[in-house]
Amino acid sequence: MAFSLALAGRIPTLPASFGRRERVRHQTLLIIPAYREASRVGDVVRAVRSLGLGLDVLVVDDGSPDATADEARAAGARVISHPYNLGYGSALHTGYCHAFRHGYEQVLQMDADGQHDATLLPRLLAALADGADVALGSRYLEGDAPPSSLARRLGTALFAKIASLWIGQRITDPTSGFQGLSKRALAAVCTDAFPEDYPDCDVLIDHHRKGLRLVEVATRMHARKGGVSMHRGLRIAWYGYKMFLTLLLLPIRRPSPSRRPDTVARWS
Amino acid sequence: MIAALSTTNVAIAELTPLLARQRTVALVLALVLTVLVFELVRRRKLREEYSVVWIGVAAVVAGLALEQDLLQTLSAWIGAASSVSTLFFGALLFLFALVLQFSVRLSRLTLRHKILGQRLALLQEELERLRGERAASAEVERKAPLDRDEVA
Repeated sequence: MAFSLALAGRIPTLPASFGRRERVRHQTLLIIPAYREASRVGDVVRAVRSLGLGLDVLVVDDGSPDATADEARAAGARVISHPYNLGYGSALHTGYCHAFRHGYEQVLQMDADGQHDATLLPRLLAALADGADVALGSRYLEGDAPPSSLARRLGTALFAKIASLWIGQRITDPTSGFQGLSKRALAAVCTDAFPEDYPDCDVLIDHHRKGLRLVEVATRMHARKGGVSMHRGLRIAWYGYKMFLTLLLLPIRRPSPSRRPDTVARWS
Repeated sequence: MIAALSTTNVAIAELTPLLARQRTVALVLALVLTVLVFELVRRRKLREEYSVVWIGVAAVVAGLALEQDLLQTLSAWIGAASSVSTLFFGALLFLFALVLQFSVRLSRLTLRHKILGQRLALLQEELERLRGERAASAEVERKAPLDRDEVA
């Protein structure tokens, strides 16, 4: 099925020349986007590595002005640094493209601020092994979620509802950064048009439209230990407008302004 | 006769509601702008973040054309000679703000562009140097076994 979809041009495949360059077969890559998390990213990476899951860890430093990249490297992760801040979504996307270019079979993702529980990564792996294309870690499935502002909770609930209705499946945490992607899902997210700020229900709906299988998995989130959260006052109003426009145009939107929809992932 | 007309009288006489035609033009313009912006965003020629301002303008123009009282109050407030002048004035102000914002964004983009160019150039030099070093050490390894045989 993936092959016929690829022929239809909807899911990109690796170009034929790829195999000749990177001959190492990689299994699972864990992507950790990080911005200004010098005090936390080292702990997160060490926590993951201590689990012995056999994952390759990649930290994508989104142009942090502090020592985030150095700390991640010191903790044993591979690091890719953006020349300047490009956004959380773009950092994820860079990680995806790296995974795609190196032939990884699947990817996991988590945040660098220590809110995600690394010990729950096996749950994502299990869901992927079961045949899911997208394993979504939801903080609302097991009941207790960390406190967040009213606006944030309303927003999440709204977009979760929209996603649930559109996809025809119960989605509770569309913005969760704790996810696992299969090889097919990885190919699908490598598009240049991947959201640069916060991947939300629009990405999930896109997955659904490409025929990928989404599964929600219960996770826990810890409270945020200091630092600056991504969401702030007026930004939420702008975000609401942007999501409204994106969802409105989603069924009829072009994948890219040019003929090539995935130039970041596919170049040689 | 001109002196008989005070400035205030002239001002009040001109602040009549928009003619039906002016109103229609304003509304059609707002509608066309909205549709155009949506289409450009759909084609990914216009980013969502730049669409906000234009949709905002269309909304304000449509709003003012429909809410005549608001337009007249605004006109009197800024001392406009006619209601239509207010619309033009507003459009000009908006354009100033937009172009200024573009100048600021362009400045940032220019700097980032320069940085990218320099980093690319530095990367290229390092890559070529590494390639040279690798080729050189490969050469050395190729020759070494022969040298040893000769010495023996």
